[in-house]
Amino acid sequence: MEHLLTLERITKIFTGTLALSDVDFDLRQGEIHALVGENGAGKSTLIKIITGIYQPDGGQMTLEGRRVVFPDARASYDHGIAAIYQEASLFEDLSIAENIYMGHQEIRPVTRNIRWGALYRKAGEFIKSLEVNLNPRALVKSLSIAEKQLVEIIKALSADAKILIMDEPTASLTKEEIDYLFRIARKLREEGTGIIFISHRLEEVFDIADRVTVIRDGKKVGTVPKDKLKVEELVRMMVGKDLKTLYPKEEVEIGEPVLRIENLSRHGEFDKVSFELKKGEILGMAGLVGAGRTEVARTIFGVENPEGGRIFLEGKQVRIENPRQAMELGIAYLSESRGEYGLVLQLDITQNITIPILKRFSRFGWINRTDERDTAKRFYDLLDIRATGIQQKVGSLSGGNQQKVSLAKWLAANAKILILDEPTKGIDIATKAAVHKLMSDLAGEGKAILMISSEIPEIIGMSDRIIVMNEGRLVSEITRREATQEIVLTAALGEKGK
Amino acid sequence: MNSRSYKSRLRELVRRREFGIFIIIVIVMVLVGLRNPIFFTGDNWKDMLMYASILAFISIGQMMTIVTGGIDLSVGSVVALSGMSVGIIMRDNPALPPVVLILLGTVFGLGCGIINGLLIGKGKVHPLITTLATMSIYRGLVVVVSRSRWVVYGDITKGFKLIARGNILGINNLMFAALIIAVVSYYFLNHTRKGREIYAYGDHQEAAKFVGINSTRINILVYALSGMLAGFGGVLWVSRVHTAQANTALGYEMQTIASCVIGGVSIFGGVGSVFGVLLGTLLFGIILNSLELIGIVDFWKLSVQGFIILVAVIFDAVLSHRVAEQMRKQRRVFDAE
Repeated sequence: MEHLLTLERITKIFTGTLALSDVDFDLRQGEIHALVGENGAGKSTLIKIITGIYQPDGGQMTLEGRRVVFPDARASYDHGIAAIYQEASLFEDLSIAENIYMGHQEIRPVTRNIRWGALYRKAGEFIKSLEVNLNPRALVKSLSIAEKQLVEIIKALSADAKILIMDEPTASLTKEEIDYLFRIARKLREEGTGIIFISHRLEEVFDIADRVTVIRDGKKVGTVPKDKLKVEELVRMMVGKDLKTLYPKEEVEIGEPVLRIENLSRHGEFDKVSFELKKGEILGMAGLVGAGRTEVARTIFGVENPEGGRIFLEGKQVRIENPRQAMELGIAYLSESRGEYGLVLQLDITQNITIPILKRFSRFGWINRTDERDTAKRFYDLLDIRATGIQQKVGSLSGGNQQKVSLAKWLAANAKILILDEPTKGIDIATKAAVHKLMSDLAGEGKAILMISSEIPEIIGMSDRIIVMNEGRLVSEITRREATQEIVLTAALGEKGK
Repeated sequence: MNSRSYKSRLRELVRRREFGIFIIIVIVMVLVGLRNPIFFTGDNWKDMLMYASILAFISIGQMMTIVTGGIDLSVGSVVALSGMSVGIIMRDNPALPPVVLILLGTVFGLGCGIINGLLIGKGKVHPLITTLATMSIYRGLVVVVSRSRWVVYGDITKGFKLIARGNILGINNLMFAALIIAVVSYYFLNHTRKGREIYAYGDHQEAAKFVGINSTRINILVYALSGMLAGFGGVLWVSRVHTAQANTALGYEMQTIASCVIGGVSIFGGVGSVFGVLLGTLLFGIILNSLELIGIVDFWKLSVQGFIILVAVIFDAVLSHRVAEQMRKQRRVFDAE
């Protein structure tokens, strides 16, 4: 088999941190090569180097025997490399057709104007040839998440590329759509396309890949043909240590229900969601991206208001109209994107921890700095935040430590119910284990924790009970004892007849 | 699929916005006409349209920067700098043909715009900071180049006055210029790859990178165009008002931003149309003219300007929230089958 693409000793440095270190990778014609690794291992960085979005700081790339350098994404596209990106990379206010052909619209020779008629016709025909039902003139912002993902796929396929990169393409697709995507991938493989496939779902990797390359902490661990690979071995390669220490969940006495949700609904987001959260319990909320989990959490926290259903706290019905009320009721919400609205990155650790409780330290509008610092220091020590001190700016902390600061903030504010949305997304493994330990300890102290996570091992490893959402509905409840990767995933995918 | 009904609903909303502007224009006209019948005279309309014409094409330049998610606060200063420079050159060389002066002014503006674009595109300085700084710098330069001697009525040559007074095909030159620039801009923004890249870049800068859009070039392009149009406008301005002073077009950036916002250009980038900006300018021009006719003093004029911007932004926020909510409600999350 011919080598399509070879990467040698690729190195990439981001402001002092080594994102990739001497990584080798090769892709053959007509193969599906899976790239796996934990969040933050460097997969996406490697992909972005191949597509020319990032430029490597060391190493070289060879495409069909010739050395190549890609100054930007268009250069790699012109060399026959197309990609489906994990994060939404669509233009919301433009039409589907424009999104597909942005940058390579057909133009008239002299006047150089875009042939709009041809553009829509071509897009329409291409979409039809894929047996998908989408209107090429529709604006992307009018589509559902799954439809947007389809547009991403269509866009990549329209390039008719020699190399197709799929960076977690299945994250928000339904089972049928995933099957459909895999059928296309296999067909392209037969036609000689080289496919790089990234997925967190190991079963998908085993299903479709020919070879698997594992990356951990920016380094390549190894490349193995799928036939010679076992799941346990793959996980060990990815994580680099025993799984037990990653999920230090301790048995805790579970108390009375503190939060009860009854038929909570918001049209277009989630429908008739009901569950209970008990004292001392970690309730895992599983599901695919876009299943409505974050929306439920945001509604409980008062960011959005429910259109139906009721919320009970310790048996009493409450109305939560805004986050402030939620906080006063002892509910805390750690959003997925800490940088965006969880923390004030320019302020130091002390100031971040005490923002919600400043009233406590102030008299006549003057803040008692000593009291403030003492409180911050107490939680700083309690959560074992690793920094130069409580005066360090939060923006300069690692992801895991930022997460700890957000937790400290809410604990200082006496939150009883903690809603953690993807609490370990994008943080390294050691800190991840530490955050998990902390969660277990907090549950031991009687806090009730609702944990949203897309990582099924984390859900299984940390939860006392698991609820699963699919397309806006709560579809399954699983106890810790009966939970397996397969059961949770099947429920999350919403396979028919279950 | 419901995409057709989304579309018809969207179209309805867009229509409603333009319809809304139209209604407001009519109401303002009736009210002002009742207060002061001069409003409906041909001379007044010509005056107002001449004012609105310059505002229109400079606002189109402004729109391009806002569509990329930026802003150009320096347009007023560029108008003044170009106008003053050209005025002085004319005073020193009365024999120069007006066409040369127009070209010179346009090139001055282009230069100012390229400096903005380089700072923003290459230097990665925030557009607001960049153009806030160059707004002051260019304004300062107006005084420097004039050596504190303004260009006054007596300095203006006959030929130069004709730039604003003259007609092409029976249409006043200023209106003709605005019309041509509007048509060319419409064509550029909607029918060329570069034009579409401006929208794409403003819509989602990260995704723009994924399709290989060069952010540096886009930024240089839009600020250069904005500066160029402001420079061109500066020449026409001096030809229209017959003077160039240190405070010429002071605060003009606010008027261009207001015209854009009224015309439906999203301050978050990615959305805006030439037609909308033309309507916005027309409404804004009528309001400014009306304030004068009713006899409202200058500082009130500023307040009213600010108030209009505020109303338009709030209107947009409410509208876009409503559109998002409607889309959420129509979305196919719960598949029946």
